[in-house]
Amino acid sequence: MPMNHADEAGFPQEQALLNSLLVDLDHCFEQVVLRYEQRLFTFALRLSGSYEEAQEITQDAFVRAYHALGGYSSEQVRSLALRAWLYQIVLNVARNRLRKLRHLPTCVSLEQVSTDADEELEGARAEGPEAHLEARERQLLLQQALLTLPLAYREVIVLRHIEGLSYPELARLLNQPIGTVKARVHRGLAQLRQVLAQHHAREVLYG
Amino acid sequence: MAEQQSRSLSQARQLVRELRTFQQEASSPPALRSYVLFRVGLADGYLRFSSPIGPVFVALNARGISAVDHAADASRFEARFCAEFGRAIFPLDPAEAPAWVGQIESALQTGQTAHLPFDLRGCSPFEQAVLCRTLLIPCGEVRPYAWVAREIGQPHAVRAVGNALARNPIPLLIPCHRVVRSDCQIGNYSLGGPLNKRALLEAEGIDLALLKQLSARGVRYIGSTTTHVYCFPTCRYARRIAPEHRQPLRSPEEAARLGYRPCQHCRPAPPGSPDISLASE
Repeated sequence: MPMNHADEAGFPQEQALLNSLLVDLDHCFEQVVLRYEQRLFTFALRLSGSYEEAQEITQDAFVRAYHALGGYSSEQVRSLALRAWLYQIVLNVARNRLRKLRHLPTCVSLEQVSTDADEELEGARAEGPEAHLEARERQLLLQQALLTLPLAYREVIVLRHIEGLSYPELARLLNQPIGTVKARVHRGLAQLRQVLAQHHAREVLYG
Repeated sequence: MAEQQSRSLSQARQLVRELRTFQQEASSPPALRSYVLFRVGLADGYLRFSSPIGPVFVALNARGISAVDHAADASRFEARFCAEFGRAIFPLDPAEAPAWVGQIESALQTGQTAHLPFDLRGCSPFEQAVLCRTLLIPCGEVRPYAWVAREIGQPHAVRAVGNALARNPIPLLIPCHRVVRSDCQIGNYSLGGPLNKRALLEAEGIDLALLKQLSARGVRYIGSTTTHVYCFPTCRYARRIAPEHRQPLRSPEEAARLGYRPCQHCRPAPPGSPDISLASE
């Protein structure tokens, strides 16, 4: 899995970052933001389905992380799994906010979200404008379908299959046994497929 | 049955594959990092305000106001701020600013600024003490450098007080213009020189001509013949002494000899305290 390779390479870097955070939090916190803002924002966007909400969630999460780091002992900081810890904060903030707002996720158009998406999908475009359009439509559909799932399923699917966390990481992050987490991912995927199948049945377009 | 199972398995695999392509899609908004750093006080935003001495830039972060400066244009201000504080700075969106930012405008007009939060982390503890004490000097009143030194418990550090005020990162809002020489000469000013200091004090209603006249006669304090309390000439209680009850005093010793006690509002030097002034300020 390409994600995991990147993470293995990133591990010593993460450790170095944690060590430098211990020396000078104020000076090095920007590095943390720089390194993780993209991922955390994407994660928040998948969870909330709203661009503005995702921005708020990500900001709140980083602010919380900063204050938490300031209060941790050096032992706690050194043993931190930074990436999973940040995901956990985002998840907590998102749960709180989404619950408070009784937020009904609105559909987010990925085209509005990102102009970079055009470049990202350059490969698809090379196959012709139809393929490009189709790929985009499928993604949009998938995002919509994801937002119809309950948050409990949505969060595990996003973490496992979009963000690419491993099951042990996920189990630690959610503070649940691995088996439970796997079951949640499985049920979530099944439900997602069901939603997509229903859509398919209605439109006979998908696939 | 087996065929159906394998079809559903391949559908599931395709779904997982598609989920994975989501990964690189949404790029975070460019302002996100600025506002995160702003909210933890590691980057500053700035706004432009009008003041009695012309437009000024006010830099602030979630911890408080960090700098006030006047500059010809925003880019020059940004460059100066970065060089001085070593933090990133960006034009602040008023919608994203903390609630107290709404009070800066009126604080600049009225001169009442003590309720605003300030970020003085670049200053030494001594400088912070000087600036915090200066912050409490009421609008329309002035105090000598020696008074600030005495109030922070370092009566001999008069020159150091002068230096600390000269480095005040937040002039106007921390009213270092209300600190003058003991002989009521107005002294120097960091934000555009003595002329601006004079203009600011006059805008606050201080009668500079009267102060000059008093200092020429060697008068430091005004006493009231009815209450036998002595004040700095600009103290609000000194200003309301009726002309026939005003008693000019040259020193705390003279006041004590005549049976006067120091005012509890403006806290002039009690008798017997060393008379240290910033003669060459």
